Amino acid sequence: MLLEVKNLHAGIEGKEILKGLNLQISKGEVHALMGPNGSGKSTLAKVLAGHPSYEVTKGEVIYEGKNLLELEPDERAREGVFMAFQYPVEVPGVSNSQFLRLAFNEKMKHLGEEELDPLEFNDYLKEKAKVVEMSSEFFKRSVNVGFSGGEKKRNEILQMAVLQPKLAVLDETDSGLDIDALRIVAEGVNKLRAADNAIILVTHYQRLLNYITPDFVHVLADGKIVKEGGKELALELEEKGYDWVKAAGK
Amino acid sequence: MVKRFKMNSQAGKETIYSDYFRKSLANNQPEWLKNLREKAFAHFTENGFPIVQSEEWKYTNVAPIAKENFLIAENANLTQDRIAPFVFDESRTSVLVFANGGFDKSASNLEALKNARILSFSEAAADEKLAEIFKLKLASLVNYEKNGFTALNTAFVGEGAFIYLPKNSKIDAPVQILYLTEENKISHPRVLIVAEAHAEATIIETFVRGEESKYLTNAVTEISLADEAKIKHYRVQRESHLAFHVSTTAAEVHRGSVYDTTAITLGARLSRHDVELKFNSEGGEAFVDGLYLLGGEQHHDTHSVIRHDVPNCTSHQTYKGILNDKSRGVFNGKVFVAVGASGTDGYQSNKNLLLSNEARVDTKPQLEIFNDDVKCSHGATVGQLEEEELFYLLSRGLNEEMARNLLTYGFAEEIVNKIGVESIKNQLDEAVLNRLNANLEI
Repeated sequence: MLLEVKNLHAGIEGKEILKGLNLQISKGEVHALMGPNGSGKSTLAKVLAGHPSYEVTKGEVIYEGKNLLELEPDERAREGVFMAFQYPVEVPGVSNSQFLRLAFNEKMKHLGEEELDPLEFNDYLKEKAKVVEMSSEFFKRSVNVGFSGGEKKRNEILQMAVLQPKLAVLDETDSGLDIDALRIVAEGVNKLRAADNAIILVTHYQRLLNYITPDFVHVLADGKIVKEGGKELALELEEKGYDWVKAAGK
Repeated sequence: MVKRFKMNSQAGKETIYSDYFRKSLANNQPEWLKNLREKAFAHFTENGFPIVQSEEWKYTNVAPIAKENFLIAENANLTQDRIAPFVFDESRTSVLVFANGGFDKSASNLEALKNARILSFSEAAADEKLAEIFKLKLASLVNYEKNGFTALNTAFVGEGAFIYLPKNSKIDAPVQILYLTEENKISHPRVLIVAEAHAEATIIETFVRGEESKYLTNAVTEISLADEAKIKHYRVQRESHLAFHVSTTAAEVHRGSVYDTTAITLGARLSRHDVELKFNSEGGEAFVDGLYLLGGEQHHDTHSVIRHDVPNCTSHQTYKGILNDKSRGVFNGKVFVAVGASGTDGYQSNKNLLLSNEARVDTKPQLEIFNDDVKCSHGATVGQLEEEELFYLLSRGLNEEMARNLLTYGFAEEIVNKIGVESIKNQLDEAVLNRLNANLEI
C-alpha cells in the first residue's frame, strides 16, 4: 500500500470540510476523485501536500508506512509526494530551469544520489519537456510569469516529470484548459503513469477521464466518499449529475 | 591640494570654507562657469544642507554628514592595479575614472570610445566645436536652489567629464564611469552626457569603495537625449558601508528618444539619490527603475520626479527594496502630468520586502495629474514573502530557508535581469546572493 487515508477530518479556519474520509491507494493505480464544488476534493489534495492553512483534526494518513502528517511539506515532496496546483503560483525573477534544478537536486541529495550541474540538468530537462510538448523557450522564463492558463498546467506536469513522484495529486488540472491543452496535459500524465507510482486525479468533470482512464473512481460529497467504482462510474455521474450521489450519501 | 573643511549646517558661513572656495575659483575656468559656481556657493552659504523640516528631506536626516570633517582633494594617485578590480570586462577600453571627485583622464581608458568625444571640463570649455553646447547644457537639468548638496557640487565643479555622443553615433562598448573616493575625503564628481539625434550608448556609473572607510560622495550627473537617441544607463552604488553618498541624476528626453535607467543601491551607511526626468517633446519614452538592497543600519532614500509636460510620452517606473536587519528605506516618487499632456502613459510601482521586524520603509508614490486624457497607475507595497509562493516552493522539495532565499532573489532579479551587460548582471547576482547569505547554486 502506498497511501492509506483513515477517517480523515480536516478543515480550514475552524470550518470542517473533510468529515471522515477513507482512501487506499497502491502503486500502479490511477484514482479519480470526483465530486461537486465544496465536497472536499481540493482540501484532500492540500492536506496531502501539507498546506499550512489546513488543519487535520482527526484521522491518519499513512504514506509508505510513515505518518505523512508529521512531515513538513518539503519533506513530503522529497519523499515523493507531488501536488499539481489548481492555480500554479508565479515566481517572478526565478527561471523555470533554475527552480527545477534546485528542486531536482534537493531530491537527489535526499536520496543520496548525484546532483546535476546546470548543463547536465538542461539536457535532462529538454528530455522531460517532450512529455508536455514544451519548448526550451519556457526554461528561461520566470516560473509561470506571463504563462497562459494552459501553459501553467503544462508546467505543473513538467515539474511532475522532472521530480518523478511516487504519489502525484493533480488538483483540477483540467480546469480552464481548452481541448488542445487538455489533450497535451492528459497525454503527459499518461506517459508518466507507471507501475511504481500512483496518481490521484481531482476533478469536477468527467471530460479529463476521456483521456486518462482511471482504475478507480471515488465520489466525494460533504467531506466523505459516498460512492466508489470503476471508470464506468464517471460516465454514470456525467449522465445523472451529482445530485444522484449526494442523495445516496445521506 | 588638500584642505580641511568643516561641515555643519553653518558650514557655508565659515571662512575656512570660503577660503577654499576662493582658491579653487582661481583656476582657468571661463567666466560663465565661475559665475555659476559663485552663485551656487552663495546659495549654499545662505541655506546650508537640507534639514528634516523640509518636506523633501523628511525621512532622511543628513546631520551626521554635516558633523563630519572631510577633506577636499580633487585627485588621487590611482594606479591601474587599484582600478582594475572595479572595471567590468566589457568596459576595459571604455572606462572613465574619477578619483576623489575629479575626472582623471590618465587613469582612464578611452580606446573604444573613438566615436564619442570624451572631454574634461577644462577641455570642453576650450573646445572649438563643443564649448557652446557644454555651456548650454551644464547645470541646465538640475536646480541647485532646490538641493543644498547640488549647490555644493555645483560650487565645486572642477574637472568633470563631458561625454558627447555625436549625431548617429553608436557606441558598442558600455561606457563605465568609475567613481572612487578615499578615506576622509569629500568628492564632488560632475558628469554631463549629451546624446545627439539617433546616438546610442550604454552608460554604467559605478560608485565603489577603495577601502571600508568613511567619506562623502556628492555626485551630479546630467543626461540630455536629443530626438531618437537611445541611452541605457545603469548606476551601481557600492560605496563603503561607513560612507555617505548623495547624488542626483537628471535627464531630459526628446521626440522618439528612449532613456532607460536602473539604479542599484547596495552600499553606504546613509545615501540619497534624486532622479529627475523631464519630457521635452512628444513621443519620448523612459524607464526609471531601481533596486535597493539594505542591511545592518543602512539608510537609503530615493526621490524621483518624472515630469510629463508634453503630450504622448510614456514612463515606466519599478522600484524594489529588500530590507534586512535595522535598515531603513525611503521611496518618494512623483509623476506630474501637466495641463495639455494628453496621451500620457505613466506607470509607477514601488514594492518592498522586509526580511526583519526591525527594518522599515516609508514609501510615497504620488501622481499629480492635470489632464484628463491620460493612462496612469501607481502602487506601493510593503510586506513579507507571500505564503502561497513559499508553499509552492516547499511543495517542490526546497527547504524553507532555500525557498525564502529563492523568492527574495527572484524579487531582486526582476530588476537585475533588465541589465544587458553580462558581467554587471553576474556581479549583482552574486551581491544579491551574498546579501542573503544564500547557499543557492543559481
